[in-house]
Formats: sequence, structure tokens, C-alpha cells
Amino acid sequence: MKKIAIGCVVLAALAAVVFASGAGAQGYPQKPINYIISFNPGGESDVTARLQQSHLEKILGQTVTVTHKPGGGGAVAWSEFQRTAKPDGYTIIGVNIPHIIAQPIERKDAGYTTEGWELIIWFHFTPNALIVQKDGNIKTLADFVKLAKEKPKAVTVAGSGSYSANHLETLRLEKLAGLQLTYVPHTGTGPIVPALMGGHVNSTMNYSMVGVQYKDQMRTLAVATDERLAVLPDVPTFKELGYDIVGGAYRGVAVPKGTPPEIVKKLTDAFVKTTELIADKQREMGFEVTYATGKQAADLVARMKANYADILKDLAEQRAKKQ
Amino acid sequence: MDIFLQAMAALADPIVILLIFGGVSAGLFVGAMPGLTATMALAVLLPFTFTMTPLNGLVGLGAVYMGAIYGGAFAAILVNTPGTPSSIATAFEGYPMAKQGRAIEAISVATVASAVGGIAGVLFLLFLAPPLALLSIRFGPSEYFWVAMLGLTLIASLSEGSLLKGLLGGTIGIMLGTIGVSPIGGESRFTLGIPVMQGGIEMIVALIGLFVLPELYNMAALAQTSLGEVSISAKERSSFWRVTARVFSQPANLIRSCIIGEIVAIIPGAGGNIANLVAYNEAKRASKHPERFGTGTTEGLIASESSNNVTVAGSMVPLLTLGIPGAPPDAVILGVMLLHGLRPGIELFTTSGVLTYAFIFSMGLAAIAMVPVGLLGGRLIYRIIFRTPYYFLVPTIGLATIIGTFALRNSITDVFIMLTLGTGGYLLKQIGIMPAPVVLGLILGTIAEVGYVQAILGGATYRFAQMRLFENPLSWILIALVVVSAAWPFLAALYRRIRPVDKTIGDAE
Repeated sequence: MKKIAIGCVVLAALAAVVFASGAGAQGYPQKPINYIISFNPGGESDVTARLQQSHLEKILGQTVTVTHKPGGGGAVAWSEFQRTAKPDGYTIIGVNIPHIIAQPIERKDAGYTTEGWELIIWFHFTPNALIVQKDGNIKTLADFVKLAKEKPKAVTVAGSGSYSANHLETLRLEKLAGLQLTYVPHTGTGPIVPALMGGHVNSTMNYSMVGVQYKDQMRTLAVATDERLAVLPDVPTFKELGYDIVGGAYRGVAVPKGTPPEIVKKLTDAFVKTTELIADKQREMGFEVTYATGKQAADLVARMKANYADILKDLAEQRAKKQ
Repeated sequence: MDIFLQAMAALADPIVILLIFGGVSAGLFVGAMPGLTATMALAVLLPFTFTMTPLNGLVGLGAVYMGAIYGGAFAAILVNTPGTPSSIATAFEGYPMAKQGRAIEAISVATVASAVGGIAGVLFLLFLAPPLALLSIRFGPSEYFWVAMLGLTLIASLSEGSLLKGLLGGTIGIMLGTIGVSPIGGESRFTLGIPVMQGGIEMIVALIGLFVLPELYNMAALAQTSLGEVSISAKERSSFWRVTARVFSQPANLIRSCIIGEIVAIIPGAGGNIANLVAYNEAKRASKHPERFGTGTTEGLIASESSNNVTVAGSMVPLLTLGIPGAPPDAVILGVMLLHGLRPGIELFTTSGVLTYAFIFSMGLAAIAMVPVGLLGGRLIYRIIFRTPYYFLVPTIGLATIIGTFALRNSITDVFIMLTLGTGGYLLKQIGIMPAPVVLGLILGTIAEVGYVQAILGGATYRFAQMRLFENPLSWILIALVVVSAAWPFLAALYRRIRPVDKTIGDAE
């Protein structure tokens, strides 16, 4: 009796597998969706994914599990995703600009390409901002530029990572303002906060949310957006001050190339709706909510790639000279 | 004072008490499993806190954090495997004790020491937060470099016997740490062109491989069928009150370990993983019988377990005052606070003071809750591990380590790295190179590299950029400590030669 029962269960399970794989896009989603985050738990990508999780589950009617695969500044998860993930909509991954643009250019073995996936959405944007200590000598961007001109290379700018949004924006500022700054990479935004507060660096090119979170201890000199931020109304944009600097980091979601269009559409709708639902919370945390989907999403990547191209080229030349 | 009373009243809620006991129990389980870390447990629980009140969410996470750091001691004592990196030194003394049939005693000592440490951390947080926070931001790149150097001098005392072999182990660890994308500069190094190797060798993967596998190989190689039974005298010695009395009979050790734990805790990025080793080392150095360390002394056990639990509340000093996570799990706590609109800073202690103090008090309660939970759970885990024959135990632990390693970054590559390192570690152990210096090299190599490169970059306008490493008074203090610590084994040997050790030893532990 028992054997027959076990047999039935096995058969049912097999049938379920066959049915699930055969059903394709029609009944999607029929099993849990794996949402891969290529950074550490507790980071901004993770916190946002966990905010999205419950809404996605309600909209899609399926479990969404958030898994972490950190390492190599995101490259470990991205390279594996492009190599192995099946285009069935059950594996989705968080992606970041400018990481996915800069890493494949700068590393020989990044293991993935900037365009090697189908983008679902870019759901938020963290603009860059130049931030200094609240009680220091530097009160305005003009002060900063003056000091940096007087003492070439003496002014240090901390940022998160190399070839990151922070790094590239610092290089752009150097170029446009004719400065020689010293960029000091850090392993994330976390360690930069004490480094700036303790006076171990003079400034940081960082995300505007840092300026929002640490209003009491830090002064934001300028933000890299087209218009002033609602959360930092007194802070001018770089544009207002005469430097054409607009940029930051975008976060979004991608699926493997070749995913059926119906599934892409379903996921896109779910993410747009979710982004609307968490928009207030996201703004409170200092993010700018965006809704770039489909062709718009791909265009954004192309535009940012062109935007950073000259800086990345300069960097590559500098490195070639050194070697 | 009023605010304190209100905070205490907020805790007098059955849900809060339930969260504390539940959190500590869950944390204990997570901590006892090699590969499952406190940071991971908190991240997994994060979504559950969305629907809770801010207080309940913070209390629950605080209790899990406290329990996880303590739970690491169980695996360290029973199977010679630090459950979390915070219990590396616990294994040095706890496992020899277990082998002598004193496992319950070791667990009881660890429990009481952990509770004392947990409460000490809360007291530091309550009364010394502002000055400690100011000290914490004094640590810049050059200070990090010297802290790492100071840590590397621990190798001398961790390398039972041969200093040369210890240094060799440390070097292997540092070299392993350079695999992957460099922390500063972002180039990929020694990846052999394999994309997944960009992720490098994660410290916990190395920890599991180097500590667990050699032990499993050993168990499998022994003809024994299970760990030794407990003798009657050992049972008596492990009674709760006796153990408590014994822990408190070492006030100097406790106070020293707690202060070390607190200082390490406020250094951003360093937590229990470094605190337990430093405290162990200092306990050994201050001991009248340093030669007994490694054979099952309670001194070393108390130092390790009290210091690592200080870091739980202790590392929240920079978190609550400045918004700087003092240790990796604090990053998740910061996430919860931000989600609930709580901004670190003075407001946290004034406007939302009731909530903040209630959270701090709850960590003290969690430390106390560890005693009943740990003593009951400890006996249960002990019975399971000791009654189970090796031929069941070895494959079970083996499977658990593989799952734990995979779960860390969801990477099958990590499992292969773990197995390779473990097998290599077993062979190294045969020639006298112990896992502790290797892991220490792996942890500290990266910290030293980041500090060094950042300091040099900041010194771009100096004639010699390296001068930046020597310009701050805090650096000078650290350099002095490095010199003393490095010279200590030689000084101690010299001292012993001049004045022979007193052979009339009373208490044999």
C-alpha cells in the first residue's frame, strides 16, 4: 500500500514537472521566481529587493525568493547568469549602471557583456553628489575648485569602488573644471562615512542619499541631476554652477536573452506596479524613482555608455602609459 | 531617568519577551551551523520586520544577533569548528575540554562568559557612546594598516610551537586573500581567467574548509566510534553555580576581554572575528601559565566568548550615534532603522529615545536569556553529538558544511574552493601548519592592503607617500603596540631563562 502511495506521489511530481515545462509562457508564473542580487545582504540593492518582494508576490501570485551571489563588484553573479540562466522567466537578476558598462571594458575576464540580457526595468536612480564635512573650510563648490587649483593632487575625493559611478563622475569633474584631484576608492559607501567624518579624506563623490542621511554632519556641495532634488532643496545642481555633470547609479532588473515576450511583459507590468507602490518609501530613502522599461531601458544603457566612453578611454590610455 | 523607565515599560510586553527568547534561540541555531552567519540570518529576517513595529523589529533582530554570536561556541567546542568567525579562539580551548569529557563544562563557561560580555557591551553603549563614537572616527587608512599589522603579530601566539610554520601559514592566508577583484583599484588578480574567481576566496568559506574538513578527516581516520563519555567529577564541575563562580573568579580576565571587545567593536568593519583572537592572545600573555593554553583552559575560553559578545551591543555605538555600522551585521540593523524612518544621530537618543533605549535594554535581556536557552539547548545539542556514532556524525556534518558553504553566496564554486582548501588544510596540519594563522592572514591581509593603498593615495603630494603611515598620534600608539607584541615571545623567553618558572602550581583547572 505504502509503495503504491509513494509511486503515486512520484508520478504526480513528474507530471507536474512535465506540465510546468510544457506550459511555457501561458500560465506563467507556475513556480517560485528566483530574484538574484549580486551584492551583499543589507546593501541598497538588497533592501530594495526585499521591499519589492512582497508586492511582486501579490501581483504575480507566486513566491519570489531573493538570493545573494555577491563577489567581484557584481561580476560573479552577472557572468554566471549570462552563461547559465534559462530564458523561462524564473530566474531574474538585479543589474546596475555603470557597473555593467564599465566592468566589461576595464576587465579582460569580466565574463559577461553589457548587452547580454533583456532589461525589464530601471526602477531607481541615485544621483551623484559632491559632499564635504559640515564644519570644514569648504562651503561651496567654488571653494572646492579654488582649493583644488591651488594645491594640485592634494584634495582627496573618496568614492565607492573603481570604475564606479563615483569614480567616473570625479574624473568628469576633473576634466570639466581643469583640476587634479586624488580619487581614493573605498570598498563601499559604508566605510566612506567615517573616513569623511574623521577627516581622513577631504570630500566624497557619492550618492545623494548619503547627503540626505547624514545632513547633520555633512554638507552637499552639488548634485549631478538636471533639476534640484526635492529632499535637498538648498543644494544646487552642477549644471546651475556651470559644469555639465549629470549622472549616478541606476538599479534595475534583467532576464536572460530569448525570454518569451509574454513573460517579459508580465514581469515588466509587475515591476512597474511594484515601483509605484514603493515609490514614497524609496524617495524617503533618498532614491529617485524611474520607470525606464523596454526600449527606453536599453536606450538608457546606450546613452550612459556613450556618456562615459571618453572618460573610460582616457583611463585606458593612462593605464597603458603607466605600463 | 524618565526616558529609561518608559523604555523599560515598553519592554514589559509578552510579544517583546517572546521575540527575545525566540530570537536568541533562532540565533543560537544559526550560529551553531558553520556557514550560516549572523549577517545572513539578519538579512533573511529583514522582510519580517516590515510588518512589525520598529521596536519589535529591532528587538527581534538584536536578539538573533546576540544569539548567533554566542551559538558559534557550540560548534567550536563540540566539533572544533567555529560556527561563526567570532568563535575561532573558542575552539582552541573548548575542543580540548570536550575531548577530556568536559564538554558540558565548556558550554556552561562559554554561556556565562557570553552573557557577561553581552551585558558589558550594553553598558558601554548606554554610558560611553558619545566618547567612543569620537574615537571610532579617528581610525583612518594608516590606523587600519597598523591594526592589521597588530593582528598579524597574533600569529606568534597562535602557532603552537614553531613560529616559522605560523608565519608560513599567515603568508598562505594573505596570498589566498589576494585572489579576485582587488579591493582598491578594481583589477582582477590571480583568477586564471575564470570569471567566477573574480569573487575571490570568501573568508567564511576558508574558515569552514580549513577548520571543519581536517577535523572530519581526523574523526574518520580514528578507530573510535563516538566522542568520550563524561566522568562524574566533570558533571559536578559543570553545575551552573560553580561555573558562574569560576567565571567571576577571573575578574581581570573578564574586564580586559570586555574592554578589548569594545575597542575592536567600535572600529568600523572589525567585529567579533578579530575581537575573540585579540582577547585570547592577551589572556594568554597575561596568564601565569601561558603554556597551558591550547590544552583546555577556561581562561582562554572566557576571554574569547566574553569579548565576542561585547561586540554585539558594542558595535552599535558608532551605528546609533553616527550611522556607521561597527560590524557587518550592523549594516542590516541600519537598514531596518532607515526603513522605519529612524535616522542615526542625536535625535535617536532624544526624540525617539524611548524606542532607542528600549532596544538597548532588550539586548541586555537577550544576553540574560542566553543563559537558560543556552544551558538547555546546550545539553540537548551535546547529547545528540555525543550519542551519535561517528559513522553518522561525520557524513552529517560533512553535508551540513557543504550546504552552509553553498548558502553563503549560492555558489557551487565556493563549495569546491572549500573542499580544496579543507583537503589542503588537512595536509598542512600534518606538517604542523595550523588553520588559525591561515585564516588570520586571509582576514587581515585585505584590511592591511586597503589601509596601505588608501594611505599612499592620500599622500600623493608627499615626497614619500609612505610618510602618511607615520603622521598621526593614534598610528604611533598602534606602532608601539605592534613592536611590543612582535617582540613579546622573545622577551618572554628571555625572562623565563633568567627566572625559572615557579613549579608549585595550585589549581590545575
